[in-house]
Amino acid sequence: MEVFWYIIIAIVLAVFFVLDGYDFGAGIIHLFFAKTDKDKEVISKSAGLFWDSNEVWLVAGGGMIFMAFPTFYASVFSGFYLPLIIVLWLIMFRAIGLELRGQFPFQMWKNIWDKVFGVSSLLLALFFGIALGNIMRGVNLGGVENGISLYEKHFFFLPLWDSSFSPTSNTPGVIDWFTVIIGIITVITLAIHGANWVILKTNSSINYKLKTFVFRFNIILLILTITSLFIWDSINPDSLNNFIEKPYLIIFPGIYFTGIIGLFFIKRLKKEIQGFILSTLVVLGGITSSLAAIFPVILPSTNDINESLTIYNTASTNYGLSVAMNWGIIGFILLFVYMIIQKRLMGGKIDKMEYGHP
Amino acid sequence: MEDMLLYDRLQFAFTITFHYIFPQLTMGLSLLIVYFKWRYLVSKIEKYNDAAKFFMKIFAVNFTMGVITGIPMEFQFGTNWAKFSELTGNIIGQTLAMEGMFSFFLESSFLVLFLFGEKLMGQKLHFLTGFLVFLGSWASGYFILATNAWMQHPVGFEILENGKYVLTHFSALFDNPWLIPAFLHNQIASIVTSSFVVAGIGAFYILRGKNIEYGKLFLKTGVVVGFVASVLLAMPTGDWNAKNVAKYQPASFAAMEGIFETEESGSEIVLIGQPNMVEKKLDNKIAVPNVLSFLTYKDWSKQIPGMDQFKAEELPSNVPGLYYSYHIMVGLGTIFIGIFGIAFILFWRKRLFEFKPILWMIMFIVPFPYIANLTGWYVAELGRQPYLVYGLLKTSEGISPTVSSGNTLFTLLGFVGLYLLLGILFLTLVGKIIYYGPKPLKH
Repeated sequence: MEVFWYIIIAIVLAVFFVLDGYDFGAGIIHLFFAKTDKDKEVISKSAGLFWDSNEVWLVAGGGMIFMAFPTFYASVFSGFYLPLIIVLWLIMFRAIGLELRGQFPFQMWKNIWDKVFGVSSLLLALFFGIALGNIMRGVNLGGVENGISLYEKHFFFLPLWDSSFSPTSNTPGVIDWFTVIIGIITVITLAIHGANWVILKTNSSINYKLKTFVFRFNIILLILTITSLFIWDSINPDSLNNFIEKPYLIIFPGIYFTGIIGLFFIKRLKKEIQGFILSTLVVLGGITSSLAAIFPVILPSTNDINESLTIYNTASTNYGLSVAMNWGIIGFILLFVYMIIQKRLMGGKIDKMEYGHP
Repeated sequence: MEDMLLYDRLQFAFTITFHYIFPQLTMGLSLLIVYFKWRYLVSKIEKYNDAAKFFMKIFAVNFTMGVITGIPMEFQFGTNWAKFSELTGNIIGQTLAMEGMFSFFLESSFLVLFLFGEKLMGQKLHFLTGFLVFLGSWASGYFILATNAWMQHPVGFEILENGKYVLTHFSALFDNPWLIPAFLHNQIASIVTSSFVVAGIGAFYILRGKNIEYGKLFLKTGVVVGFVASVLLAMPTGDWNAKNVAKYQPASFAAMEGIFETEESGSEIVLIGQPNMVEKKLDNKIAVPNVLSFLTYKDWSKQIPGMDQFKAEELPSNVPGLYYSYHIMVGLGTIFIGIFGIAFILFWRKRLFEFKPILWMIMFIVPFPYIANLTGWYVAELGRQPYLVYGLLKTSEGISPTVSSGNTLFTLLGFVGLYLLLGILFLTLVGKIIYYGPKPLKH
């Protein structure tokens, strides 16, 4: 039952990163590449039409974690207090930026909200990556100092950073050089994903230039990914063992690298959707590989005193999980049905679509 | 620890208060939009479609604000109330997750189609998407109220040795006797807010002498719906809720009604007075004898326990706050029935559009249903104190054990600043939409 909910939640969160990932990415592309007014308009529209229905996946995922793994929810949300609230504020700023830019016909007004949208998208991608990095690295569960737990064994609190910025320090912060590397990987991945989205959904004048961008940053992504694997293995020595013990899990990194390799041929692809599918594979593969590597742990402990949080020691009761399965399956199917209906009706290039409040 | 609890509570109270400005309009307004759209489908008169599209714009701004101020609510369960989440997530996680999956999703997916898809889909499908948005927003209210009902009157659970609350009867969450009265009261209150807004905008257009055709439509729709809803708000739904409080939370009932001392036979109903917590009495009291007993139990001489019957720690922690919230809500509700009753009679006698004083009143009354809605929620939430789960889990036991008060104050201040900005932007945008009115701009 725990595994069932774990898979459902993993899928919902992976879909969230694929969907909202492209509008974060569109924001990053907007910030660095959109120069003409027309391009700015269509790129922000390619995110503005969809952000809201994409972000519901995060809300749904959050709700399901709360229901299925309440101890994990309580531990992680209070332990990462400041970064999460900052993420919240960024989500709000980004939404305001997208919704407000079209409200008044002044260039200055548009420029302000475009920058808000771009910068908050960039920072959000970075912070989500850093969050993932924290889960990969693990935290000091129980707040152990000198062999004594300061809190109950499943609670912790992380400052934003520790003066050493090192993942191997006794009291690592949220931001250290390892989590920042994962953050940068996420930013690049989502920027590539967003570029493919912009190419797919718009007729912007920079579509061709974006393909060159995807090609070049794909190289950097590949190098960074391989480097990060070595670092991860060195700071958290068992982190890749899962793939050796359960070889079928290799499929997830397989998905990731298929996407990356495919993207090297971006300029030869016949259809724009193919590029988007490839970067979707990268996002999906990246998330699922990280989760699979630590399964069934969901938050590793960096000390020897308190055990890591797993799906088993943080789960709700069996009764709760099984009644929830009844409505969960229906809900889960509905989520996909709504998504498909919506994406189909809003299919095609969006340049001509009516957007904003006339 | 003390300031930690204070900041946590302040942050939640502040963010939920600001948040609830938006859903209370969208839930009711979605119903009125569906009504206008339906009138258009039946009559094919363009005016109704314009009305639906005009309110859709206001709806969209409100909805966006509702979404971005709503996500912090879900987050705060974990960030600020981690212990509460850990102990009760097994139960309230069910209803909150269902809210995300069944209602928020429905609403968000179809809103974008409703806003931008009219030409794409044709009128009937457009009506359907509007209806689904309405359904989603009401379902959302239902699941949130189910969550709150469990906190007010916990059912269908057991407490394990490690202190965790676990679900034993899923259906009990929805059979909760607290739920249906609270849900209906809340939804009708949101219809009141939205119909008052619709009527207020209508009155504004008539008084301003612009968009008069629309003004009349908005005013008459708002007045009829607003009057009916205001009456239903008091009787029967308000009455049901009061009886529930008397039955399940007698200490809160005594506090909200301002009964310090138990009367031998039959309790008076307090109209005006200020709670004096030192001398344990009401200052400057105006009250009518025995009426409260009659309203609550249909028995003029039934004894109702006053605050003197309860231990200090069972009483709500903020008695004056609860008392004022309740009396403001009830007082405003009475005024609404009065003003909209007069407007309704004037409309009946076909004099509404010419009678200026009532138009002015309808225009300026718009903020007050918001106040009544919010104070209504304060009654529920202050009445639940000092508990998170009534009678069982103290609020002070629910806060995050590892977050320091300095961090919470930092984020509280951040929210205050951010919401100030949001509030200004919101008023600017809605002001702009109302100023330009339903006719599309000529380019």
